[in-house]
Amino acid sequence: MFLSLFIISAVASATLAFVYNATKEKIEIQKTAKKNAAIKNVLPAYANSPVNEMYMLPTEDGDSLKCYPGKDENGNMIGTAIETYDDGGFSERIYIMVGILPDGSVYNTAVLSHKETPGLGDKMDKKKSEWSNQFNGKNLNTFVLKVKKDGGEVDAITAATITSRAFTNSIARAWAAMQKGDKHE
Amino acid sequence: MSKISIVTKGFLKENPILILVLGTCPTLGVTTSAINGLGMGLATTFVLIMSNLVIALMKNYIPDKVRIPGFIVIIASFVTVVELSMQAYLPSLYEALGLFIPLIVVNCIILGRAEAFAQKNTVFDSILDGVGMGLGFTMALTVLGTIREILGSGSIFDIRIYPGDGMLIFVLAPGAFIALGYLIAVAIKLNKRFYNK
Repeated sequence: MFLSLFIISAVASATLAFVYNATKEKIEIQKTAKKNAAIKNVLPAYANSPVNEMYMLPTEDGDSLKCYPGKDENGNMIGTAIETYDDGGFSERIYIMVGILPDGSVYNTAVLSHKETPGLGDKMDKKKSEWSNQFNGKNLNTFVLKVKKDGGEVDAITAATITSRAFTNSIARAWAAMQKGDKHE
Repeated sequence: MSKISIVTKGFLKENPILILVLGTCPTLGVTTSAINGLGMGLATTFVLIMSNLVIALMKNYIPDKVRIPGFIVIIASFVTVVELSMQAYLPSLYEALGLFIPLIVVNCIILGRAEAFAQKNTVFDSILDGVGMGLGFTMALTVLGTIREILGSGSIFDIRIYPGDGMLIFVLAPGAFIALGYLIAVAIKLNKRFYNK
């Protein structure tokens, strides 16, 4: 009894170790490709590898955000892609990538992952609607990052105010972190 | 029973979801679109065939007292192999199926067939059973996913067939139950017609 369980487990472990090793690199490639695609989406054309130049910025509530700088051939900053989030979504935490230009304006946004309601909250995803395009070109130095209901300038998704708030808050979180500066590796 | 009928019984007579009503958790959770249903079905079929094969091979060497732990280790290993392979080579399907891939381990169909068939039959018959049950499962999942996608999202395999939103309820849990209920009713009716039961 002990022997047969031992043999089964030993063979299973060996097989799994083999498959894990065989797929490890490919999985890393997939993860980086996904991240790169998101960054490419939210920044103008860059010549460096933002993922390799990632730095962290602290947020007001003690967390840190990953920032990916985009630079041109001469090493000048073109924009920063920030991986941000908010817990105020209707379901779980939503993850957004926002690209901010050096002058403080938003270049583009992309939803990384969410579990919002299909047909309502998921309209924040560009695949479902163009709602998130309203942020593009807005200068965060002057644009009030709140939904209109809360006194701001953001048009909320009809019947999905909570999701709209969360999306807006995640951009606000990234902007606040960027303003504070205080880079650390 | 004949070799052919071992395979074909999985499609209607003993369809794992529609007649045996096993494995409803991933069925309801994953069939929001046709491609998700198809992908999950094929992943489960692979695990089912491999675990049936290994368990039938080892049925004389696993003592009865530890057979459930033994089966689970074997099934879980194959599921992990599928998960790692998907993550490496089919990342978009992996993202779409998410948590439900590791949940294949506790899909009642796999342990159920191991108990009911693989540990009492030859290796070849067990493989056939895995193929039949797995393909029947895949077919039911794909049909359910297609129905929910057409009614709920207005597309089929991601090809739009009518503009605008569909009936959103079908993309959510309640619609899954409704659609599955009707599908089971149809399957029972077809069963009566073809097998006079």
